[in-house]
Amino acid sequence: MIRSELVQAVGAANPHLTQRDVERIVGTIFDEIVTALASGRRVELRGFGAFSTRAREARTGRNPRTGTAVAVDAKRVPYFKPGKDLRERLNVG
Amino acid sequence: MTMLEAVETVGVTKSTARAARASGQGTLTRADLCEAVHREIGLSRSESSDLVEGVLDHICDTLVAGDNVKISSFGSFVLRSKGQRIGRNPKTGQEVPIEPRTVLTFRPSQLLRERINGGPPAA
Repeated sequence: MIRSELVQAVGAANPHLTQRDVERIVGTIFDEIVTALASGRRVELRGFGAFSTRAREARTGRNPRTGTAVAVDAKRVPYFKPGKDLRERLNVG
Repeated sequence: MTMLEAVETVGVTKSTARAARASGQGTLTRADLCEAVHREIGLSRSESSDLVEGVLDHICDTLVAGDNVKISSFGSFVLRSKGQRIGRNPKTGQEVPIEPRTVLTFRPSQLLRERINGGPPAA
């Protein structure tokens, strides 16, 4: 499923909203999550999962093609931990 | 620093942390997403809440049905099948089989990675 299919599915369940409204709603939800993570906040959605960021130390990487050493700066990476309900639902039957 | 000053400093730090949480500096939850939809789209809070729930439910149902979910400029939720392997109870050292299972991983989009490291905000 891709973004546009998610918009269609939510639109089908809410026939009183226009497709444009649903696109804005879906966009708002994901923008809000991205903005929170970018400002260092954690996002916790019970039953679904939690988004957080994790620190990665600076390291010396290598260009896989040429083999030359390149410095990779310290950075933060997004992390998602699926919620318990979702984990369990993925493993029934 | 006297003992009294030290105590006051701790008190200030605690109340500052509380104020920060109250002003929305802590964890983002469903209530914040619902508030954002209410603010941006102008729907009632109760309808906004139903829509946030609907979006999350559709994502969950799709994953449970075995289909990956890809949200452009956010990331992909990818299902991975793990085979059976022999695990060990770390306390007793006893071997226990770990059954085959499905795990969910999230692959963040390039845009999300950049935003988290101070990249430009989305247009």
